[in-house]
Amino acid sequence: MYTSISDGIVEGRGDEREEAFNERLDRSIKVEPDDWMPEAYRKTLVRQISQHAHSEIVGMLPEGNWITRAPSLLRKLILLAKVQDEAGHGLYLYSAAETLGTSRDDMVEALLTGKAKYSSIFNYPTLTWADVGAIGWLVDGAAIINQIPLTRCSYGPYARAMVRICKEESFHQRQGFDVMWKLAHGTPEQHAMAQDALDRWWWPSVMMFGPPDSASPHNAQSMRWKIKLFTNDELRQKFIDQTVPQAEQLGLKIPDPDLRWNEETQHYEIGPIDWEEFYRVVKGDGPCNRERMQTRNDAWNDGAWVREAAAAYAEKHAAKERAV
Amino acid sequence: MSRDWPLWEIFVRSENGLAHKHVGSLHAADAQMALQNARDLYTRRNEGVSIWVVKSSDITATDPAESDAFFEPSEDKTYRHATFYRVPDGVKHL
Repeated sequence: MYTSISDGIVEGRGDEREEAFNERLDRSIKVEPDDWMPEAYRKTLVRQISQHAHSEIVGMLPEGNWITRAPSLLRKLILLAKVQDEAGHGLYLYSAAETLGTSRDDMVEALLTGKAKYSSIFNYPTLTWADVGAIGWLVDGAAIINQIPLTRCSYGPYARAMVRICKEESFHQRQGFDVMWKLAHGTPEQHAMAQDALDRWWWPSVMMFGPPDSASPHNAQSMRWKIKLFTNDELRQKFIDQTVPQAEQLGLKIPDPDLRWNEETQHYEIGPIDWEEFYRVVKGDGPCNRERMQTRNDAWNDGAWVREAAAAYAEKHAAKERAV
Repeated sequence: MSRDWPLWEIFVRSENGLAHKHVGSLHAADAQMALQNARDLYTRRNEGVSIWVVKSSDITATDPAESDAFFEPSEDKTYRHATFYRVPDGVKHL
């Protein structure tokens, strides 16, 4: 179905086609896989969607760390379901990216060789059970804020994948908040564990929305193309405004001495973000970058015989059917 | 790197009485595996009672570049719609 890869800009017709493309975007007509699109739009989307997919896949690792040690059978079932969802999200997104003419193998290779990026948040370790709660509450909470606008983005397959993902993310966020709630209202030790998790996950979560608008040169083009509907800072503010009161309800303290409510703007204001740390982790020097890449590479290599066996089995049976 | 398994388009019937609807795609070595993967990927929350899988390469589609010309014949035939006809005042059940 998604076989026709755009032939690029035919001489003399490029501007005309691009004008028609922009005009359709203005009328909020979605772009579908075989439609003509500017090469830069295609490339940007492949990068954005595949990075998003990689983030879902690598995102299974920090939480997977706690599946065998969840504190009850119910928590274990919930966590298994959540991690399975993350795998599903990765697959929806890889499929959406493939409609743009890239192959699954190329994307997997880009991840495994370190050529492609994934969300930096997953390069932080999950040291205690409370981290599982903090990830659901904060990381999935931030992801929802990022992703809900994308259900209206201009590229049809991406928008449709985001609809499915957002539905499932709200389960993720609530189960995380539920873990935090139980700990925050438990013994003093459990409460301290919840506070410690918030202390470690707060700033990386705030950074998840990416560099400040002043340092994001691609914002304008992506917004023109309607594959980004709000700026990084707008989304970040929304996250802060929605999360600070939740922390108060949990009885936990946001680790920011400068945090204050601005009556005039009706928004919370936070202290300075340590972008040095952000760029250090993006560049590969976070606490777990190497471990995550190693785990993904091992999983891929250890699974090679399964992929080969399944392909051989399918080929053998197809040959038998042809012979009948 | 391995060769990609073929791509399959997945159609799910959400309940009897409704048509199968395209929900996305996935890779699988054969049709049986495509069905099982589709169950795990697209019906984790009671979304379906029946699944169809079709190899993506077996689908023939209209060409979006030609769609204006292709669908043009139906564009100027407003008389095919009931709303084309004015119903005289007082006439009922029409």
